[in-house]
Amino acid sequence: MSTDNSVATPKRESLFSKKNRRLLKDPLSDSNPITIQVLGICSALAITVQLQQAVIMSLSVLFVMIGANVIVSLLRNLIPDRIRIIVQLVIIASLVIIVDEVLKAYQPDISEKLSVFVGLIITNCIIMGRLEAFALANKPGPSVFDAIGNAMGYAWVLLVVSIVREIFGSGAISLPGMGQVKFLPQDWFVSSGGLYENNNLMILPPMALVVVGIIIWIQRSRNEALIED
Amino acid sequence: MAINKNGTGYTFLFSIIMVVIVGTALAYTSLSLKPLQKKNEADKQMVDILGAIGVTTTRENAKTDFPIYVKERLSIDSDGNVLNSSSGNVDPTDSSDPFNLDVKKDYRSKKPASELSFPLYVCETEGEKVYVIPVTGSGLWGPIWGFIALKSDMNTIYGAKFDHKQETPGLGAEIKDDFFSDKFNGKQLRDSSPYFTIKKGGRDTDIHSVDGITGGTITSVGVGEMVDRTMSIYQRYFMSLTNSSAN
Repeated sequence: MSTDNSVATPKRESLFSKKNRRLLKDPLSDSNPITIQVLGICSALAITVQLQQAVIMSLSVLFVMIGANVIVSLLRNLIPDRIRIIVQLVIIASLVIIVDEVLKAYQPDISEKLSVFVGLIITNCIIMGRLEAFALANKPGPSVFDAIGNAMGYAWVLLVVSIVREIFGSGAISLPGMGQVKFLPQDWFVSSGGLYENNNLMILPPMALVVVGIIIWIQRSRNEALIED
Repeated sequence: MAINKNGTGYTFLFSIIMVVIVGTALAYTSLSLKPLQKKNEADKQMVDILGAIGVTTTRENAKTDFPIYVKERLSIDSDGNVLNSSSGNVDPTDSSDPFNLDVKKDYRSKKPASELSFPLYVCETEGEKVYVIPVTGSGLWGPIWGFIALKSDMNTIYGAKFDHKQETPGLGAEIKDDFFSDKFNGKQLRDSSPYFTIKKGGRDTDIHSVDGITGGTITSVGVGEMVDRTMSIYQRYFMSLTNSSAN
């Protein structure tokens, strides 16, 4: 993408045209991959125990999604129809392996925690879905916006769920590079005479589903067009 | 010239070119990041060995903390003879350093124990001599490994630390957690095989066994198997130690 948004000639579409803005905005709310399309749920359940895992997972998905979308979009006129799914898989898988190798080299602790889930990115339906539904039929520029939009739509749900789960499950917040910060004072806890106790249920996978469910509830009560019969 | 995009020839050509490009890119990434990954693995191994003797450290400090606690690194053969010994700082390039023995690779190679050598770490913590033994085996989905620390009587378990590659999160993966490895503390090995057992259902655990992980049966069995198999090898070395000190 070029950066000439202010001096765009009339013929060229501006970088922040209505269409591009929609590509970015829609997946955040009305066509959110997790809460509306219910894709990529498995990873949303698995890695939202801690905020830092969710952040790393979101960044990895963002990277893979942009990369895969751009590559597929560039090759869209070259990819033979009959093997397009295989080609998409190869592209996603290679990008994921690269992410995994880089994490192993530079962020070994996070790579360890994510070990199983990095592989899950390959099968993350959101990425495959965007390649098939968008990148195969659109230019690289809009594909980048589409990728960013969908990755962000995935990310914010992941982040909200993991913040809720970590605060109530571990009484802490963790960020990459900072470790886990236990911000609740010790004497709030039952063990030292307080009233607060960590809710272990929050750590367990079912609670992720419940939190996602609450987000879906809020979202649909605000926009009734989303409610199915 | 128009190319028929749906022709078999084009499809084949496309696949071949794609595979070559992808293969090159992956090989290049893997090779160029290998040294960093190797270093991370070595750091992690030090953290785990220290973890087995109850010393918590970080990856960054592992290199300096390691020689403080680990006084001697031995490699022994399956008959209990000492082959090599080194001490002080770990040199990752020195292949005779027992620290660099790849027990996981040896386990995968399925060679008979008589052809392999086994590392043993003689550590000192809180004035006590502790032997740390690496164990490795198979879980449900992939390799599992760990370190067992024995007290100087070579029979009582001082501490343990396990890890895994891809066991099921929430089930088998919990062998990694402290609640599981802490159960090993103070347990004793039997005099003959099975040296140690992982029990199911938490019934009748005695001084020679611990409760396995519910829902992680195969991983738990794998832990039991690897501890037992490894102990049967190191037992010969410990036997020779006791014999020589008795003389």
